[in-house]
Amino acid sequence: MPTSSEAGNPIAIRCEAIGKRYRIGRQQRYRTLRDSLTELARAPFRHIAASWRSLGEDSTSELWALRDLSLEVRHGEVLGVIGRNGSGKSTLLKVLSRITKPTEGVAEIRGRVGTLLEVGAGFHPELTGRENIFLNGAILGMPRREISRKFDEIVEFSECSRMLDTPMKHYSSGMYVRLAFAVAAHLETEILFVDEVLAVGDAAFQKKCLGKIGDVATQGRTVLFVSHNLLAVDSLCTRAICLHDGKIVLEGKPLSVTSSYLRKWLPAFKEVVHDEIAAAPGNDLIRLHRAQVRPVNGVPQDPITVRTPIAVELEYWKLAAHTCLDFAIEIFNEHGVSIFATARLGQPPAPAGLLRSSFFIPADLMNNGTYWIHVAVLLGGVTPLIEWQDLAAFEVQDAPSELRGDYHEAWPGAVRPNLEWKMEHIGPLPSAAAGISPKDQHR
Amino acid sequence: MASSPELQNSAVAPIVVIRGADRSWRLHWDEIWQHRELLYFLTWRDIAVRYKQTAIGVVWAVLQPLAIALSLSLFLGRFVPVQPQELPYPLFAYSGMVVWQLFAQGLTESSNSVLASERLITKVYFPRVLVPMSAVLASLVDCGICLVILSVFLAYYRITPTASILALPVGIFLAALTAFGIGLWLSALNVKYRDVRYTLNFLIQFWFLATPIAYPSSIVPPRWRIWYELNPMVGPVEIVRWALRGTGVLPLHSLAVSICVAFVLFAGGLYYFQRTEDSFADFI
Repeated sequence: MPTSSEAGNPIAIRCEAIGKRYRIGRQQRYRTLRDSLTELARAPFRHIAASWRSLGEDSTSELWALRDLSLEVRHGEVLGVIGRNGSGKSTLLKVLSRITKPTEGVAEIRGRVGTLLEVGAGFHPELTGRENIFLNGAILGMPRREISRKFDEIVEFSECSRMLDTPMKHYSSGMYVRLAFAVAAHLETEILFVDEVLAVGDAAFQKKCLGKIGDVATQGRTVLFVSHNLLAVDSLCTRAICLHDGKIVLEGKPLSVTSSYLRKWLPAFKEVVHDEIAAAPGNDLIRLHRAQVRPVNGVPQDPITVRTPIAVELEYWKLAAHTCLDFAIEIFNEHGVSIFATARLGQPPAPAGLLRSSFFIPADLMNNGTYWIHVAVLLGGVTPLIEWQDLAAFEVQDAPSELRGDYHEAWPGAVRPNLEWKMEHIGPLPSAAAGISPKDQHR
Repeated sequence: MASSPELQNSAVAPIVVIRGADRSWRLHWDEIWQHRELLYFLTWRDIAVRYKQTAIGVVWAVLQPLAIALSLSLFLGRFVPVQPQELPYPLFAYSGMVVWQLFAQGLTESSNSVLASERLITKVYFPRVLVPMSAVLASLVDCGICLVILSVFLAYYRITPTASILALPVGIFLAALTAFGIGLWLSALNVKYRDVRYTLNFLIQFWFLATPIAYPSSIVPPRWRIWYELNPMVGPVEIVRWALRGTGVLPLHSLAVSICVAFVLFAGGLYYFQRTEDSFADFI
């Protein structure tokens, strides 16, 4: 897929100075009608004055998810969009697919748009697979004729033909996702917005989906592909951009963008501190004080190598005494691959206060590379309460060890455990060995 | 590259302009028309799901107004002064309930519809107005089933419809439009103010008493009538009864007032809905 071949194509998507502002203060709690009314009744003038002020420069409670973003995508281009969580990738897709309106700027889109922000949007568990194919297709914008025409193809792709007339509540999660993706993959729009949908299903099906997206790309359609999976961006896209704080910070060939993203925009932040409880991330049950990754016998500033035992610590304010809060922590590598997950579920409730939870990663387990920590807070060991994605990151540097000997190139694998090796002499050579062994060896 | 058929199509493909600062208001009728199949599927889903989970399925649609009309006839029928030219009380109550059920169900379902479609609204773009619209359409289908039962009643009481039966769709349409108009207001308000749904039950109960379902509107004192008729459900209920009865005076005054109020509610609701729908995905 050469980058230059699309250069002369007409423009499919053009953004000019797009900005999207969220008011965070107001989002934290649902307003009730009563609040608004009493507020208005109590102090009508103050209320009006406040709303006037909020039109002005009150920037404390607002967040620009996108700011002054300009972009042109030509027909036939497959543009990869990467960046940390909260960098504005998903907001960009939501703005372009008209799910939410930009605060400022203009975007122009030429062509029928298909949006895959979530596979199976609108699936209903009570309806059968067959019914859901039509419903989901209509939601994605497929005409009924088109769905009928592709129906068999969709069923075949999903590998669910046996369950077609069963309500989807009886489907396994794998089948659910397969059917959902099968419908989405047969969407025939000129422009396709795809967000992370590949992070689902088993490995074999993921491969099939990647292949399907690859097909889309070679059909000359325009694709905007938002992903954490840098390998997928490298192999599928003709161009890539990297967002940071709502702005484009890198742009170019996928390989150069992904590699400089890794080098430049992932400076490992091993310590995150929130000193003010009111402003700290969390809710009325828990607020995060500090998250840190450090060598077991060191501080976060110390380097971590493959030989270092690592401590991961979370300090938090637990606001209610009688709730059971558990952490589930998942570690991802720089390619977005989950390395492992760890948790200790079903613990008795801890008292309220400032608490610390920690665990250790033994030395000689991690491979070298950059790792991201996702934290989920579970209520009572089951109900997900909060998710902090990419909460912290750390880099594991390579170090000489007995594994390597004189081998100095990259060590493959998601992990690099230092396993016990043994070598024993268990018997002499058979006499037939004389015919095949080099002459000088057995002298 | 340019040889692919999709690319040639794109020469005539729609151009969508998204403007951030744009605060102007206009209705996207063309877009709603383009999404008519989605409207059909959403309506069909609402109906299919409602009856798949229930043991007696579609019978529910019939049972509710029937049960209430029956208990009204048993307990209230003797005390209510129904004029001699009016329908027999059971039929009087049931015809009122059919219209009321359409309104109450359409209003409840459409008011909760936007919140209930949260996942759709944050993940896919389509004209949001289809969501409350499909909820009202689904209750129209239920109403159709009730009308079949109503015709059985008519046959039982040996009432032969005259040409006035043609006015029946007007009453049905007006009730649905009122439900949709208020549903537009409440579904949009519901996104920002979660207490709308608690208010709704109270609103509907109160409204039921303010509508001539169990009693004829003739018991309302004349000096209160002008206020009473501001209730846009008075017109639909009366016109439906007139359509079945085939005799008596056409309730022109209450019909005219109801049409005006229904259209004002609908236009206002549509305006408010379209004004706020862009921010649904941010608040929901």
